[in-house]
Amino acid sequence: MSRKRLQLLAESLSRSTKHFSEGEVECLIKLFDALLARSCSQFAVSGFNRIVFRDTLFAAFGMTDDVVLDRVFSTFDKSNSGCITVVEWVEGLAILLRGTLEEKIKYCFAVYDLNGDGYISREEMFQMLKDTLIKQPADEDPDEAIKDLIEIVLKKMDYDHDGKLSFADFEQAVKDENLLLEAFGPCLPDIKSRIAFEERVFPDTRKL
Amino acid sequence: MGAALERAAQWTAAGSGTGTLEITPLNESLLNQIIKFAEEFSTKHPEEAAFVFREPLEWKTQLDSSVFGKGYVINEAAVQSEATSRDGQPLLLLSASTLRVRSFDQLSRLLQIAMEKKLKEAQACLEANRDPIVKILGPEYATVEGEDTSILHLFDKVKRGYDPETETKMKIILLLHQLDLQLLNSSLKQISQGVRLNPAAVNSEVNLLKNFSGKGEDTVLESLEYTSDYVFANGCRAPPWRQVHGDICYLVIKPHDTDPLYITCNTAGVFLNGGLLKGKELDYERKSDVYKDIVTFLRERSSRFVENMAKQEYSFFKEPAHEKNYQYVEGADAEVSGQSQNLYDSTEKKVKSSAAGRRSTGKKLQPTMQWKNTGLSASQRPKSSDKASKKDTEEEGRSSPVSSKMKKKSSANAKSPKINRAPGRKTSSSLEEVSDSSSDAEEDEQPIRRQEGTTDLSPEYWGIQKLSKYVKAGDPTATVIALCSMRDFNMAQESCQLAFKDTGCLEVLINLLDTEETNCQTGSLKILKEISQNILIRHAIADLGGLEIMVKILDSPDKDLKCLAAETIAHVARFKRARKTVRQYGGIRKLVGLLEGVSVGTPYQAKDTEIARCGALALWSCSKSTKNKKAIRKAGGIPLLATWLKCSDANILIPVVGTLQECASEPSYRLAIKTEGMIENLVKNLSSEHEELQMHCASAIFKCAEDKQIRDLVRQHGGLQPLSVLLDNSENKKLLAAVTGAIWKCAISIENVSKFREYQTIETLVGLLTDQPEEVLINVVGALGECCQEQINRSTIRRCGGIPPLVKLLTATDQALLVNVNKAVGACATETENMMIIDSLDGVRLLWSLLKNPNPDVQASAAWALCPCVENAKDSGEMVRSFVGGLELIVSLLKSKNKEVLTSVCAAIANIAKDEENLAVMTDHGVVPLLSKLANTNDNKLKRHLAEAVCNCCMWGSNRAAFGEYKAVGPLVRYMKANDPSVQRAAALALYQLSEEASNCIIMHEGGVVKLLLVMVGSTDDPLQEAAAGCVANIRRLALATEKAKYG
Repeated sequence: MSRKRLQLLAESLSRSTKHFSEGEVECLIKLFDALLARSCSQFAVSGFNRIVFRDTLFAAFGMTDDVVLDRVFSTFDKSNSGCITVVEWVEGLAILLRGTLEEKIKYCFAVYDLNGDGYISREEMFQMLKDTLIKQPADEDPDEAIKDLIEIVLKKMDYDHDGKLSFADFEQAVKDENLLLEAFGPCLPDIKSRIAFEERVFPDTRKL
Repeated sequence: MGAALERAAQWTAAGSGTGTLEITPLNESLLNQIIKFAEEFSTKHPEEAAFVFREPLEWKTQLDSSVFGKGYVINEAAVQSEATSRDGQPLLLLSASTLRVRSFDQLSRLLQIAMEKKLKEAQACLEANRDPIVKILGPEYATVEGEDTSILHLFDKVKRGYDPETETKMKIILLLHQLDLQLLNSSLKQISQGVRLNPAAVNSEVNLLKNFSGKGEDTVLESLEYTSDYVFANGCRAPPWRQVHGDICYLVIKPHDTDPLYITCNTAGVFLNGGLLKGKELDYERKSDVYKDIVTFLRERSSRFVENMAKQEYSFFKEPAHEKNYQYVEGADAEVSGQSQNLYDSTEKKVKSSAAGRRSTGKKLQPTMQWKNTGLSASQRPKSSDKASKKDTEEEGRSSPVSSKMKKKSSANAKSPKINRAPGRKTSSSLEEVSDSSSDAEEDEQPIRRQEGTTDLSPEYWGIQKLSKYVKAGDPTATVIALCSMRDFNMAQESCQLAFKDTGCLEVLINLLDTEETNCQTGSLKILKEISQNILIRHAIADLGGLEIMVKILDSPDKDLKCLAAETIAHVARFKRARKTVRQYGGIRKLVGLLEGVSVGTPYQAKDTEIARCGALALWSCSKSTKNKKAIRKAGGIPLLATWLKCSDANILIPVVGTLQECASEPSYRLAIKTEGMIENLVKNLSSEHEELQMHCASAIFKCAEDKQIRDLVRQHGGLQPLSVLLDNSENKKLLAAVTGAIWKCAISIENVSKFREYQTIETLVGLLTDQPEEVLINVVGALGECCQEQINRSTIRRCGGIPPLVKLLTATDQALLVNVNKAVGACATETENMMIIDSLDGVRLLWSLLKNPNPDVQASAAWALCPCVENAKDSGEMVRSFVGGLELIVSLLKSKNKEVLTSVCAAIANIAKDEENLAVMTDHGVVPLLSKLANTNDNKLKRHLAEAVCNCCMWGSNRAAFGEYKAVGPLVRYMKANDPSVQRAAALALYQLSEEASNCIIMHEGGVVKLLLVMVGSTDDPLQEAAAGCVANIRRLALATEKAKYG
């Protein structure tokens, strides 16, 4: 990528994402290029694939949940091309690192809405919560315990009482209680790894 | 002891006339106590021991004349003590085995002589003298059932006139009563342990034994028969007149190996009686100890019975024992400790075979298992009551001797040591576990217990318990969901707050704080922040080490988390220990650090303000400890607080000013408030619309304004007007107290008083003299007192009708209030017109009576207030004389240790002494030596008023000479060298008065006073000039006279 193209791209991206300065976008693009070079798939020209993405997020933010990570990939991959382009990469990270609450709500809802039908249904919840109980409460069917948990969630978040979470439900619930943003599993980096990542990737710009 | 002997002692059943004391354990212990009392009497109460009895105690003794030694005159069989009573009769007389004793002294000596026959002698003595008190003190002191008024009569006698004998009698009777109570108490214990048999129990036991009686080798008894076949309606067989004594029936028992036994079954137990007399009559007298049942009695009497009993054990004896065992196990929870001991004892006695021994060991383990259970449940849920845990530890102490005994027994049996020992070891180990868990749980249990029962059943309890399951068992995601759901409960409700504690959820919440999961920490803190409003929860959080973790969280990069932690600390640190913990873990420095994040112009500013607010809240809570105040200062908190003070957000200003006013009790903070220019902002915020903020600002000014510069600053920044305006808000009493306090302290500066006059504050203050709480009144009266510095204000107070309520407040009880009221009344009294009102309300009398107040500050302020009163009242001399004992009281205050009291009293005396008659009375009460004694003080204020008092006291009789005699003149001469002109002036005036006495002139001259006086002669102060000149003239005149006498 030529120096000039890089600058142009950085300029336009920093304008579109709002959260990064030009310098920061440049750093992210460099990181993208480095990652691209490491992935040796046939899509290498335009972006990198799911496996590299997963490894990257794991290395950077310690995110491990495969179900969630797949969904994060799909959310990043707005064009549904199966690979992440540089634009998708910068826009996705903008939300992860600097997103406002609204952006994060949209992002999280998209991640949790597994089939993309605009609702988080009981089945989707079950899928996401099924491994959350590490130690089963005594004398209880594990599935029953999960179902109970889902009822608790619905009671808390299902404002229109239709037995599933619409985006409106989710948005309202998170605005009332920010902690519910990651209600169905961690899909945002925690603050410490976020700071560490930024310090590593933006070595100079941070000081500005 | 009369009552004890009559009621508790067991006189022989058939006893009539002179009965005999039975030998029962109870009687023996009673006798032993009486002997101990009598023996120690002569050493403990030597005076009373010499008291001669009204009549001798007389009894047949078994003692021989030979045992008497020194102190006794022995001739043949008769023995006389050398000690005699006043009328010459010997105090002890032994003739023909009849002993007469007439004093406690002799009685105790006799008991010492009697040695091992003590008990017999005491018994004989008491048998012969059923009510010894009658003999000792006289028949009017006989023990009567019911109300006993003898002591009261005696007391009356003692009161009527002093009579050493009555007093001794009184003491003796009190001592005897004491003994009586002691005896009754100890016998009550024994009696309550006594067995009560009833006809049914006896009947069933007899029937049981009959089953195993009869001819043959292996029966337990040959026969067992009632003496009478007739059964009364109540189940007794004894004749009615014997039933009165508690007898139930009589039995004739023929064991295999002894003669027939005639026994009585009494409600008190089973005992041997005298057997058949001639004819069919029984001898009912008791001949043996009392046993609790027939079997116990027979076990003592017949060895064959015991032997054969052992053979029968499986068929008959063991069964009831088993029944008992089960009972014990069931009741283990409640009464394990006592019962298991019993169980063991009884098994040891009754069970001989090793097989049975092993079985009993198995039994013994059962209760132990139960303890283990309680112990475990206590560790799971810290809920087992204190009582139980105490019992557990007791248990351990108790059971260890039991198990060692058990081991001993098992090795003695030597048949199955391994089996026995193994469970023994297990027992002790499980007990150790129990005691561990209980001691851990002990501390935080106490507050719960009160709540138990009510919280258990609340729906919150079950709801929170259900959710806490997910918190415990789930990963962070499930945990956060459960935590969020918990927040739907009403956290402000006490039952809900306590439910967190009772379900053990609190521990989990605190553990969550110690994780790396930000969301879990946040969720947990959100709950903790709410429930820590509850005092029990606060203590529990501190106990569980929550503060330590929260202090750590203050370092977190997550700002929300920081805020929550700081806010929760603010809630928890409401008690001393918690505040100390915060400091010890470096929390103060970190909290101060939260105030640092003042960043300007960034989008994060709102967050920073929030952090600072939470930090200030926590500091506010912590600043209630003196050490924390210092720590905040050391951490550089003052400039930061000053910075935040400049902002305009009331939310952050309230905790910031709150912290400042809390810390303003420290001089270093007051200095900083002055130098960092905080007064300006404090004044500005007095006009805030938040009452709480206004209150803290006013209270900060209140605490700081002792400093003159601060008072000036308040005025310069225009703070006096808002303060006056705030007085109109009389509904909020806390605010009112702070505002009036600030006004009080500000009014110490006269410039401020003028301002207040401008704002008509005095009128408002007078209006606040009634119907206000004490903390407001103190400040209002204090402020009025300071305002009286200006003459015009004194009239203003009168015009507004302030004097009657002030005088009325002289009857208050709060000491701080009284000090201020005294000052205010005193200040008002400087106006003659005011004084008339005060006088008409009898205010001077009230002031005078406050001299009796135990608080020296009140005394001093009352004495100061009296000065203008005496000066300005009409006919003040007459008025002062009308106070009965008043002059004596004020003179006696010269003995006080408090300098301010002494000074004020001297000033008052100086004023009172202007009236000659009063001076005469004070002289009679010794005012001269008392004043002279104070002369050597080095306090200038005291010197001045003392000199004035001396000056005015010279005007009576030979007081001038007396001051010389009491060596007051020398020190007064030295006062002339003092660097305070007012002291010099007062001293000169006093010396002039004293110099009228020739002997004083000599002392003065020796002290080199002339030179000092000559300087004063040049003074422009006329009275001083006159006094100095007069004094010099007096000295000169004396010198001339002596010279004339010498040479002329």
